Amino acid sequence: MLTTSITSTDLLFLLQGAWTTILLTLWAMLLGTAGGVICGLLRATLPRATLPLAWVLDAFRSVPLLIQFVLFNSLKSIAGLDWSAFSVACAVLGVYAAAYCTEIVRSGVLAVSPNVRRAGRSLGLNYWQDLRYIVMPMATRIAFPGWLNLTLSVMKDTALVMWIGIVELLRASQIIVTRIQEPLLVLCIAGLIYYFISLVVARLGNQLEKRWQEND
Amino acid sequence: MFDYSFHWRSAFKALPDMLGGAWVTFETAALSMIFGVLIALCLTLMRQTKNPLARGFGNAWVSVARNTPSLFQIYLLYFGLGSFGIHISSWAALLAGITFNNAGYLAENFRGGLKAVPETQMRAARSLGMSAFKTYQLVIIPQLLRIVFYPLTNQMVWAVLMTSLGVIVGLNNDLTGVTQGYNVKTFRTFEYFALAAVLYYLIAKAIVLVARLLGWRLFRY
Repeated sequence: MLTTSITSTDLLFLLQGAWTTILLTLWAMLLGTAGGVICGLLRATLPRATLPLAWVLDAFRSVPLLIQFVLFNSLKSIAGLDWSAFSVACAVLGVYAAAYCTEIVRSGVLAVSPNVRRAGRSLGLNYWQDLRYIVMPMATRIAFPGWLNLTLSVMKDTALVMWIGIVELLRASQIIVTRIQEPLLVLCIAGLIYYFISLVVARLGNQLEKRWQEND
Repeated sequence: MFDYSFHWRSAFKALPDMLGGAWVTFETAALSMIFGVLIALCLTLMRQTKNPLARGFGNAWVSVARNTPSLFQIYLLYFGLGSFGIHISSWAALLAGITFNNAGYLAENFRGGLKAVPETQMRAARSLGMSAFKTYQLVIIPQLLRIVFYPLTNQMVWAVLMTSLGVIVGLNNDLTGVTQGYNVKTFRTFEYFALAAVLYYLIAKAIVLVARLLGWRLFRY
């Protein structure tokens, strides 16, 4: 019962899968944050004109990620693009993250009190300086916990990319299970790795948050 | 660049089957929400008690549910339980997995909601002569419901989106499962999945709309 046929190579394979998961998360969050900040600022400053943008992004939040992967993957083949599965996964996850990040940034920017901005303007800052030196630092602090949550949820959602043929942590564990037929053990190891990654990200984020709060 | 002709008619012919699948999806999500809310209430109570065992169990459930992918949880139930000789159907694994996930997230929401109801209200109600049960029923729960109503709606939409994971463990009668069934028969991936995406979008919007109407009716005063 307690003997197992899992080898160190298998563990290494799992860790490689975990590395793919982390890479995917990093790329997706990079794209998502860049897109989210731009769209979020637009949404906060021009709420009426960017209403169609809000509808489009809302669609990305209301359709299952799995379907988005399949759709984009087949669209890629239809359009004849020669993208690797990894780039497809990054693009889809990036847009998905951007859709959520937009709302986070928007609520962060709107949470900066207008009085503070008016005070900045009356001290002689122009519109862009006000945005850069007053709104951005304050909004970042307000939006950060939400952004951290988004990072964690994107990390968990990367598990779905196995459907378009990328070997990430969960798929790697699945491959090992088919070989050694010990699903419970292997899945528990994979789960522990996910848990560990979440824990580290959350811990780092909390530390950063605490450091920022010193100046408040 | 585009040498692909779309065949929408075959996709529309599959629409009745897909609507049947959409109903299964909605049913699964609704069931998982009902069980999820009940379990989440138990977990919230367990995390409030002084008993370290109950507390530890509640905390462990919430942290595992929130820190691992929902697909992993479904996998663990579908493949992992086989090690104990328990073989469950893919639908049962899906339902149990989503329920587990929902309960974890909702327990955290409920905890936040309970914190938002001032403790003085409990004391005030008790000093007016209400029993503990009455206080919860008439003072705490109505306010709690109002606070967690919006997160609850969100979680319901999430549950609907999560049911699409059932296809990975072999479910074939929910919306994604039916779509995938047609897909492997015809290889018209884009058409079928685009239709499925529209249906998912409509379900999600319908839930939000109903919740808004319900909220407007319930919380008028």
